[in-house]
Amino acid sequence: MYEGPVQDLIDELGRLPGIGPKSAQRIAFHLLAADPADIGRLQDALQRVREGVVFCEVCGNVAEQSICRICADPRRDPKLVCVVEEPKDVLAIERTREYRGRYHVLGGALDPLSGVGPDQLRIRELLNRIGTDEITEIILATDPNTEGEATATYLVRLLRDFPGLAVTRLASGLPMGGDLEFADELTLGRALTGRRAV
Amino acid sequence: MSLYRDTGVVLRVQKLGEADRIITLLTRRHGKVRAVAKGVRRTTSRFGARLEPFGHVDVQFYTGRTLDIITQVQTVDAFGVGLVDDYPRYTAACAVLETADRLVPEEGEPALRLYLLLAGALRALSGGERDAGLVLDAFLLRAMAYAGWAPAVTECARCGAPGPHRAFSVPAGGSVCPRCRPAGAASPATETLRLMDALVHGDWAVAEASGDRARRECSGLVAAHLQWHMERQLRSLPLVDRQGRVEEQTT
Ligand SMILES: [Zn+2]
Ligand SMILES: [Zn+2]
Repeated sequence: MYEGPVQDLIDELGRLPGIGPKSAQRIAFHLLAADPADIGRLQDALQRVREGVVFCEVCGNVAEQSICRICADPRRDPKLVCVVEEPKDVLAIERTREYRGRYHVLGGALDPLSGVGPDQLRIRELLNRIGTDEITEIILATDPNTEGEATATYLVRLLRDFPGLAVTRLASGLPMGGDLEFADELTLGRALTGRRAV
Repeated sequence: MSLYRDTGVVLRVQKLGEADRIITLLTRRHGKVRAVAKGVRRTTSRFGARLEPFGHVDVQFYTGRTLDIITQVQTVDAFGVGLVDDYPRYTAACAVLETADRLVPEEGEPALRLYLLLAGALRALSGGERDAGLVLDAFLLRAMAYAGWAPAVTECARCGAPGPHRAFSVPAGGSVCPRCRPAGAASPATETLRLMDALVHGDWAVAEASGDRARRECSGLVAAHLQWHMERQLRSLPLVDRQGRVEEQTT
């Protein structure tokens, strides 16, 4: 334990995702030794994020204006909406360059152990979009883990009653480059349910 | 270097660093264990999804300086597979996990009975034959008995007079006789207390014959009793999805 502000800084850094106690300490001491101009720029960037980041009114993605670039793009198919947990998932799917529809960002997954239920996610907003827009297909692209699967299950139950709406789930299967015998039961089970004719 | 092996249920997972997770398990012989699974978040991890919540696994640990390290995992029961396909069962199972986690505050303290109750409840929930709400309430009642503060169901919580009694008071410790009945005690239906008694003793024939009103009242009393004894509120209990039952009622 260090004294005063240095320990406070280490504690704050350590709360960030992906930063363990050792990295927090390393970053803290790097900042202590850094040029004041560098620190100033970091401070500015943090301040601007706090003040300036808005979320798209339609899809919930991070945006610069009230409607994000993707929702405002007339070339993107408005009939197709891909539901993801986080903005970073939008980026991941965009990088494939395979998808021409739009998105809906839930803001997480249903995780009762962390106190996250349906009211904490942008689920009502999704239902409103389906009710008003010309959406014909929803692609569920929540994470292939326990919370993500449970979230997809919940959404299927809600969405199956909309007439004329197709609901699909991203195929989840075996990671490329692996051996079948090393696949765990959950992954193998999902790969079997999602099998396709060849 | 020292290795040990045990069977346990994954209660909770937390991210650590770039690709690791801290896994909290309730094990058969070592009680609660927190251990690091290295690289588990990479898609190429040999652990795969075995260390997700609800996993019933056989694990080899390596004793580390602060946290133990998980070196091998084999699945005993993949309870999560059946649970994530049914939202009411998933939320009930979350409440089971959180309760088990909270009832064992100390790591390394043996908790064999609770481990057996936990594995049994998850087996019943993922199997899908029994009503999820009943399985949850049966688990909560037995877990409270394990912790030493089960509600009195048939006798008076204060004077021990044999019942059944008509009043139920959470602060008094359960059902109470007319003489001991404190102000503010609830008056549940006779059937509700009969259901509670059946859940405590695993009498499923009686439990499954119960009506919706008794089930709703029973789960309300069980939840109130549990929360009364917990230092902090359970996060998952208010999020248990009992929608299936409500739908049955309205149609
Ligand atoms: Zn948008
Ligand atoms: Zn009495």
